[in-house]
Amino acid sequence: MSTSTLDAYISSINTIASAEGVLPQVEAEFSAVVRAIDANESLRSKLTDELLPIAVRQSIVEQLLDGKGHRITAQSLALVIGAGHARDLRTISEKISAGVAAGQGRQVAEVRSAVALSEDQQARLSAALAKATGSEVNLKVIVDPSVVGGIVATVGDKVIDGSVRHSLDQLKSRL
Amino acid sequence: MNSLISVLIANEGEALTYETHSWLLPETAEIIYGGLASVLVIGALIKVAGPMIKKSLAARTERIQNELESARATKSAAEAEATRIRTALGDINGERSRLLAEADAQAASVIADGRARVAAEMAETEAKAMADIAAASGRVQDELRAEIKRLSAIAIERVVAQSMDDKARQDLIEGFISKVGAAR
Repeated sequence: MSTSTLDAYISSINTIASAEGVLPQVEAEFSAVVRAIDANESLRSKLTDELLPIAVRQSIVEQLLDGKGHRITAQSLALVIGAGHARDLRTISEKISAGVAAGQGRQVAEVRSAVALSEDQQARLSAALAKATGSEVNLKVIVDPSVVGGIVATVGDKVIDGSVRHSLDQLKSRL
Repeated sequence: MNSLISVLIANEGEALTYETHSWLLPETAEIIYGGLASVLVIGALIKVAGPMIKKSLAARTERIQNELESARATKSAAEAEATRIRTALGDINGERSRLLAEADAQAASVIADGRARVAAEMAETEAKAMADIAAASGRVQDELRAEIKRLSAIAIERVVAQSMDDKARQDLIEGFISKVGAAR
């Protein structure tokens, strides 16, 4: 998909969600669904399978939300997948998150951890990252077992890698 | 016919008997006439057959002489041929000796060349083998090093993963938050 087409989709979702006053919720839900799709190879291949009917692909997303998501989130995902742009979901999600954060004068901090972070840990981590980057951040936590232990935080172009995976990779390169 | 037979029968009946003067010698007249006849016959023989016999003997002598000359010439030719053969035999012996000597020299040269070539090939093969061994050794060492590195990495990762309990993970997260918060 071209950048202008992508921007048109992002702008539409932002505009509708903002008009409904649920942009942060839609952004969080959209982001969660995209992460779930990214984590599941089978799901990703089904959603990007052009031979699968659009209605089937849309029903997969609805099953993922399980009726708990906002209707705008479900409709936005159905719109993108129905238009055959399932491969661009991650980019769209990142840009929506960045747009929301920018609207709040913040940056998106993508945090990868082997285990889920508690509310307290997320709050302290947000504060620590804000202090480190000089900008308030919207934390987006991704549970990634390949991290093994520790955290990898990406804020804009800055990557703070305190993961065991990183230490293991360094050790491997030194061997 | 019958009369002739009768005469013969009649003569059979009348035996003719006479006696010579010697039991060995003939009669004198017989000797004289016989001797004269013999002289005449012998003279005639000498007169008529003598030249022929002489001619025949001369021809025979000449023929024998020719045969002797021919035999002599043949002998000379045979001797010359024998000399030539002996000379040729000598030449053959010399040639054989020369050829044998030449063959020996060539064989010695071929053997020397062969030895030199074999020695050179052996040296080259040995050098190549040593280079191959060195390369193989280096390759094996590299492969071994890479395998050890791979296995070490796997072992380390497994040990780390096994030792990574919830407390360790929480400690790492807390450590990261503290470290990032302390930065700047």
